[in-house]
Amino acid sequence: MAEYKGILICGEVREGKITTITRELITTGRKLSDDLNQRLSILLIGENIQEAAKEAVFFGVDVVYTVDDIPFAESPPEQYLALVSNIFQKAAPSIVLFGQADMGRDIAPRLAARLGASICMDCVELAIDPETRSLLQSKPVYGGNAVAVWASDDVQPQIVTMRPRAAAPAEPDPSREGEILPVAVKIDESVIKSILIETVKEEVKGIRLDEAKVIVAGGGGIDGKEGFELLKELAQILGGTIGITRVPCDEGWMPAGLEIGQTGHVVNPDLYVAVGISGAPQHLAGCSGSKCLVAINKNPEAHIFEEADFGIVGDYREALPPLIEKCKALKK
Amino acid sequence: MNIIVCVKQIPDPEIPPVKFKLDTESRCVVPPEGIPPVINPYDEQAVELALRLKEKHGGKITILTTGNESASGVVKHALSLGADEGIALTDKAFEGSDSFSTAYILSQAVRIIRDYDLVLCGRQAADWDESLVGAILAENLGLPLVTLAETVDVVDGELKVKRVTLDGYQVFSVSFPALVTVSHEVGQPRLPSGWGIVSASRRQIPVWDAKDIKADPAKIGFDASRRKLVKLFIPKREKKCEMIEGKTTAEASVKLAERLRQEGVI
Repeated sequence: MAEYKGILICGEVREGKITTITRELITTGRKLSDDLNQRLSILLIGENIQEAAKEAVFFGVDVVYTVDDIPFAESPPEQYLALVSNIFQKAAPSIVLFGQADMGRDIAPRLAARLGASICMDCVELAIDPETRSLLQSKPVYGGNAVAVWASDDVQPQIVTMRPRAAAPAEPDPSREGEILPVAVKIDESVIKSILIETVKEEVKGIRLDEAKVIVAGGGGIDGKEGFELLKELAQILGGTIGITRVPCDEGWMPAGLEIGQTGHVVNPDLYVAVGISGAPQHLAGCSGSKCLVAINKNPEAHIFEEADFGIVGDYREALPPLIEKCKALKK
Repeated sequence: MNIIVCVKQIPDPEIPPVKFKLDTESRCVVPPEGIPPVINPYDEQAVELALRLKEKHGGKITILTTGNESASGVVKHALSLGADEGIALTDKAFEGSDSFSTAYILSQAVRIIRDYDLVLCGRQAADWDESLVGAILAENLGLPLVTLAETVDVVDGELKVKRVTLDGYQVFSVSFPALVTVSHEVGQPRLPSGWGIVSASRRQIPVWDAKDIKADPAKIGFDASRRKLVKLFIPKREKKCEMIEGKTTAEASVKLAERLRQEGVI
């Protein structure tokens, strides 16, 4: 077996900046690097990424591999996979980190299959066992009802995707130094089997979910798209935005891009108002980091009350109008 | 269009969290008493997508599962919805298989079935939430893969797949045969008809074992697993909810707003 050493982050750059999830990965990767006394490297792909490469060093990376002749967003998965495999051969890391977002969800399993690696998706914590030196991978399972801790001692490399918000984003330190290595990679175009016809970003009116300080979220209890008008009104008064659970998404009441939970966004606003949401662990996986969680539900037995800081038992149609009025008055 | 749909039987993921029990000693989930296992909901949505494709383009739907003796139940469920055939891959030697072994077992069976244009898998199974088998299966079979599909269509003899992303979507075109993992944005699956349930219950589901699929013993079961489960626990919840009450819901709402102001939240 080849000698694998160090940690490689598959990073993402958007509009010339290292993304938040990548900064979170740097925090996690830096800790592992220090514990193992090994180097932390990152792969950045896209046009005009030299500034981002310097930024990555300030955030705590030792080696930055840059590939700047391929636009990241329009890269078909097979092309990206070939690129990562190529960098992998150069860096020979023992641990590869991805974010549990669009790219990581898609690429990490393919890479594991190709490299014969071990893999653990959607981890919330990574640690080095002080005795065995194994990588301990903690991951919510059964929709978040339980947490499993895995180790894969005999298999190298170990690929992990990390859930967003599992670590604080790394902060820059301009005194840090590191190497930036531009890499020219020639991809054999015949590996590309899927043609990416278009990438569409759906316009989000107002505040983005991952930046919102206040989120008013509705679930199956809203019972149709009309009810969301009340939620929107409350969100607007509080300077926040709207989120949904899987039911309004699957029923087509609201756009899928608003989904919060295991299969959607992970958020941590200051205030999260859960309206008509029963509190399935799969949904809580996306909002349990909220500083204050308020639940409004007509079922006093609803699981959401186990997780909430404040609760009201009642029909949202009766609860929201006076809440909106009172909030308006208090805001004045 | 001939479609293979891979499905998994799992403990009902909709049970209330209070009924979720673990045996931490043996690191196992204790099946909830009196609540039968179900088809993984994401796989059921993959079956739904297959049925929509069949309605439009014709062809045959074959259901594939691997699991214990009771796993043929989920095959019958898919048949009751309108799938044509099903096979259960069951063998003691398969027990404890991780995602790589599971994908290997499925790929051996897919190679035997041979006649297919499309393989569909749910985006993940709602028990261990790994979301790995579909991608590994595609790699094993050398098939083009599109993950997290919301819709699948045939345009000019190619497969056109809409993939859900966090802030929109992507559209991919791939040639046949291909593998697609299905996301829940597909929407609610149909319900079985009474006739469907009756006729499916009478069907004999063929069972293939390790020998039938010529499985390499080194690639299946506990010993082939690339990871070891070292701990399984239920996370502690320390929150205490302050219930806001009033003579009416409206009164409670007003109190809630005041309370949130007191806390400096609004």
